[in-house]
Amino acid sequence: MTTDTPLLTAQGLAKYYGHRLGCRDVDLTLHEGEVLAIVGESGSGKSTLLGLLSTELAPTAGRVAYRMRDGETRDLASLSEAERRLLLRTDWGFVRQHAEQGLRMAVSAGGNVGERLMAVGWRHYGDIRSEATDWLSRVEIAAERIDDDPRTFSGGMRQRLQIARNLVTRPRLVFMDEPTSGLDVSVQARLLDLIRQLVEEFGLAVVIVTHDLAVARLLSHRIMVMKSGRVIEQGLTDQVLDDPREPYTQLLVSSVLAA
Amino acid sequence: MNAPATAPASSMPAITYNFAYLDEQTKRMIRRAILKAIAIPGYQVPFASREMPMPYGWGTGGVQVTAAILGADDVLKVIDQGSDDTTNAVAIRTFFETTAGVATTTRTQDATIIQTRHRIPEAELKAGQTIVFQVPIPEPLRFLEPRETETRRLHGLADYGLMQVKLYEDIARHGHIATTYAYPVKVEDRYVMDPSPIPKFDNPKMNDSPALQLFGAGREKRIYAIPPYTQVVSLDFEDHPFKVQAFKEPCALCGATGVYLDEVILDDKGGRMFVCSDTDHCATRQAEGHTGTMSAPYAAQPGPLTPSPSPARGEGGNPTGIPSPLVGEGGSRPSRETGEGFATGESGEAR
Repeated sequence: MTTDTPLLTAQGLAKYYGHRLGCRDVDLTLHEGEVLAIVGESGSGKSTLLGLLSTELAPTAGRVAYRMRDGETRDLASLSEAERRLLLRTDWGFVRQHAEQGLRMAVSAGGNVGERLMAVGWRHYGDIRSEATDWLSRVEIAAERIDDDPRTFSGGMRQRLQIARNLVTRPRLVFMDEPTSGLDVSVQARLLDLIRQLVEEFGLAVVIVTHDLAVARLLSHRIMVMKSGRVIEQGLTDQVLDDPREPYTQLLVSSVLAA
Repeated sequence: MNAPATAPASSMPAITYNFAYLDEQTKRMIRRAILKAIAIPGYQVPFASREMPMPYGWGTGGVQVTAAILGADDVLKVIDQGSDDTTNAVAIRTFFETTAGVATTTRTQDATIIQTRHRIPEAELKAGQTIVFQVPIPEPLRFLEPRETETRRLHGLADYGLMQVKLYEDIARHGHIATTYAYPVKVEDRYVMDPSPIPKFDNPKMNDSPALQLFGAGREKRIYAIPPYTQVVSLDFEDHPFKVQAFKEPCALCGATGVYLDEVILDDKGGRMFVCSDTDHCATRQAEGHTGTMSAPYAAQPGPLTPSPSPARGEGGNPTGIPSPLVGEGGSRPSRETGEGFATGESGEAR
């Protein structure tokens, strides 16, 4: 299904923490199946912006609208708490930098994947289990690990489990906050491969926050560069990275070590 | 308030308590919480729990609820794990005998208020009876979600997927739902509730019960309720339906089947017996002439350590024929033995 109506739009988003600026004047649109990378250095407001888009933070100014599954575009601030939660665990996913925050560490891998299903009313153990097994295999986790705690998983496995847990309800939009940092390079590469493949397979729209330009280049169609809480440059990923306009972007690009 | 002016000057003034220990203002506060709890079945109503003259964990919540609803003409029964004669039950019964002067009974049918710890009596409850549960942890989601703010929100939104995750984990780890007590229930298709640590065997008794069911948690300061004739459903999976425990053998003393049994270890050689956990039910059946495999023959002489057959237990003193000192030592079911076998034995020696 293709439509010209964007999936997610934000207008004039701003967030102040008291007097300190989180981010301001952010406008963006995201279409179905599109991957948007938000890059910038630490403290540039990337994570604040992600929090605002995913309704985890309340904006000081501006609005975020989302086209629901029924086709109606709604202002996210107007959703009731119940609707917001339902959206968060069905049509959206959130992959966090630290898997411990995105997983229930004391619950088995199968339970982690099955939680969203049970939350939306699945009550057949066999069905939940086979769906969980299926998703574990998609993210390359051996089926016999289904009853193990995530605590016994390596960092890369935890991230892959987190992805499975999020994608099990077939969301259309996934937020990712530095999903690959803290992993060693070979594990990163494998995870990026997996994400790219899943994005393609399910036509996911993704907003990914990263400070790693290589990740942005590999995954994203479009890129936004943030500095001091503002978007200073945006455009197609290849265009921005190959031919950066802003001095700061040029600095970012040139500071990447050549492999 | 009403200091006894007539007390002799030489002696300490007699201690007087307000009826049922708590002052009237406190009882009104608790009654308001109870009314709200009845109006919203399964919802945990906060209340200003008082310090009671007993430690937390010994039923301070249940005692406060009982004190608030007790009237002068009520007949009170107190049970602990089904037994009328364990420390907790005896202490609370005596407490209300002393502070309220109400009649007490061990017979389920005769009681108007039954305070219980961890059981629902086997005899069917009737309309007009009230059962008061002592609750240690009222929040069924507590060990899944530690934040109180979050659990309240989950209840508010009827967001109970998490509870199902717990049952999922049970099946994944044990092959079946291994939760055997405090088994979560859904009340009137709305609130998920912790039925207090009763065995899941008793869960079906809560459904559509003609009696009023009140729950008090003293330390956690919560009261909740199930009004009469309310739907109470135990959570489960379609392919792993809720099942209660089943026992292979009948009660060894009264031969009852379909009741909840306690395992009593008899010696250190693997000897054991299964007896009704509900002592009143067992004694009633024995009085009616029912016997089990270990019922003592009528001619049996009681052993030296169990001098007199107590009314509740019948002649269960030495059912195995093992020399009686072993029964005393090996009969290691602390709560009941403390309440009965040892107590009578010791007092017998002292005399």
